Amino acid sequence: MGTAARRKALRMNAFAWLLLFPSLIFLLLFTLYPVFGSLKLSLYQADLGTPEPYFAGLDNYAAMAEDEVFWKVLTNNVWFAVGTVPTSIMISLLMAIFANKVMRAKGLVRTAFFYPTVIPMIAIGNIWLFIYTPDYGMVARVLEWFGLEGPNWLGTQSLVMIAMIIMVLWKEAGYFMVFFLAGLQNISEELYESAKVDGVPAWRVFWRITFPLLMPTTLFVSIIALTNSFKLVDHLWIMTKGGPENASNLLLYYIFETAFSFWDRGMASALTTVMIALLLLLAALQFFGFDRKIHYR
Amino acid sequence: MMKKISYGLMYILAAVWTAPLVWTIWTAFRPKRLALSSSITFDFTLVNFTHVWSAAPFTTYYINTILIVAGIFAVQFLTASMAAFAFARIDFWGKNIVFLLFLAQIMIPADILIFPNYNVLRDLSLLDTKLGIMIPYFASAFGVFLLRQMFKTLPFELDEAARLEGCNLWQVLWKIYVPLARPAYISFGLVSVSYHWNNFLWPLIVTNSIENRPLTVGLAIFAQSFETGAQWSEVTAATIIVILPLLLGFMVFQRQFMNSFIHSGIK
Repeated sequence: MGTAARRKALRMNAFAWLLLFPSLIFLLLFTLYPVFGSLKLSLYQADLGTPEPYFAGLDNYAAMAEDEVFWKVLTNNVWFAVGTVPTSIMISLLMAIFANKVMRAKGLVRTAFFYPTVIPMIAIGNIWLFIYTPDYGMVARVLEWFGLEGPNWLGTQSLVMIAMIIMVLWKEAGYFMVFFLAGLQNISEELYESAKVDGVPAWRVFWRITFPLLMPTTLFVSIIALTNSFKLVDHLWIMTKGGPENASNLLLYYIFETAFSFWDRGMASALTTVMIALLLLLAALQFFGFDRKIHYR
Repeated sequence: MMKKISYGLMYILAAVWTAPLVWTIWTAFRPKRLALSSSITFDFTLVNFTHVWSAAPFTTYYINTILIVAGIFAVQFLTASMAAFAFARIDFWGKNIVFLLFLAQIMIPADILIFPNYNVLRDLSLLDTKLGIMIPYFASAFGVFLLRQMFKTLPFELDEAARLEGCNLWQVLWKIYVPLARPAYISFGLVSVSYHWNNFLWPLIVTNSIENRPLTVGLAIFAQSFETGAQWSEVTAATIIVILPLLLGFMVFQRQFMNSFIHSGIK
């Protein structure tokens, strides 16, 4: 390589790194360093009882394995995911198929399904707290018309999770709908026309054409829904604080409690590390498992 | 026939979906004494709103949220444009590793790093400041990937022409790429603004004083100051105050919002 060419390459490299420099600083400070910081602090005993943190090996993880609340929030998270991911996909797919074909009030229908996306989770918590209030809430009123007395949704251990799942379905379905709408628009109209000419019934058209061709979108949406089931916890602060008896508590909210209510910094770091591991597992699943079936533009 | 029934059911579903909002608005504009009654009357009042506005410093909260949202996007605009340009147009050493670091931010979002990031903020003495709320979001991998996609679609002849005119690469970025990538910036902006307008847990942890609290935290604290269910009129009014700007924005720019949120799923 000539000196001139080398000098030019060097200059381009320097320029590229200068362009990246601002982003890199913030990424290092608030993504990379916190990840390793958590890993390190998780190996220390650092709570209110230990003014000077000391190295404790895997003690925090051992305590975590013994901690009933930890297993409770983890199982809750699994149920939360099981309750929200497949159902929100089904509902949003239905919404998209309908919103794609409907003639009357098309814009209005889409707005009705999508608007919860732009409302903060904390406001949704406020609204649904009222909806679920015994005797006076919207659900209780509707049940009253049918002569039924509704239960205390948020105060009953066996019901609170279902109540949360329904609320999150309401929040997310319209958001996922836009992905399916985009997916539907990519399916060629000719396929449907030839199916119509051959007199194929509508449900077979769905299972043979629409559903398989939407598969990439479906997998893609499931990943977002799954990640969201770990991230959505704001509503807990306003609605239940994780109760009753941790029946609605989720991993991220438990991290929040451990760090900022109990001030157990070592344990909060260990829990954060578990969370990171779970999310990396999800990412790995996506990259090595699903990715070949998902097409990107 | 089947079609008519299923269409009917979907219209009902759409109605059910709007019910929570309609009910919230209904309660907020009704006199307080009627809040718990199930009778349907058409009494209308703004008292709940004036009451809320004087009972809690919502003006300060509003200003704070606007400053935070605008501050985050202003910095993201700069950092993401620059990084995206490097990824889209320049071959440099270590490109793949840096790319992985950006991917890491998408896989491990700041939302779940609340505790370690709190520690970083404490070490930087930025607790209970607006800058502290903003700073973890100054680099946006989402923005970088979105803009990079867009930049890559721009024809290479454009920058060659600009280079012949005597522009250097830095000028090519700001004078040619940024203006041409406007649709991507609109998507980026809408997603960023709605995300940070709605963010709650992080500002809750970071802030400690009214001067720095955003709307979401203010609303939550306001709602918690009452016994459950005792003050529906006030809390629904406060909720509407918080959600109104984004909701109105969405109603007006419906199409842009929906298209933008499609990009927000980028991985």
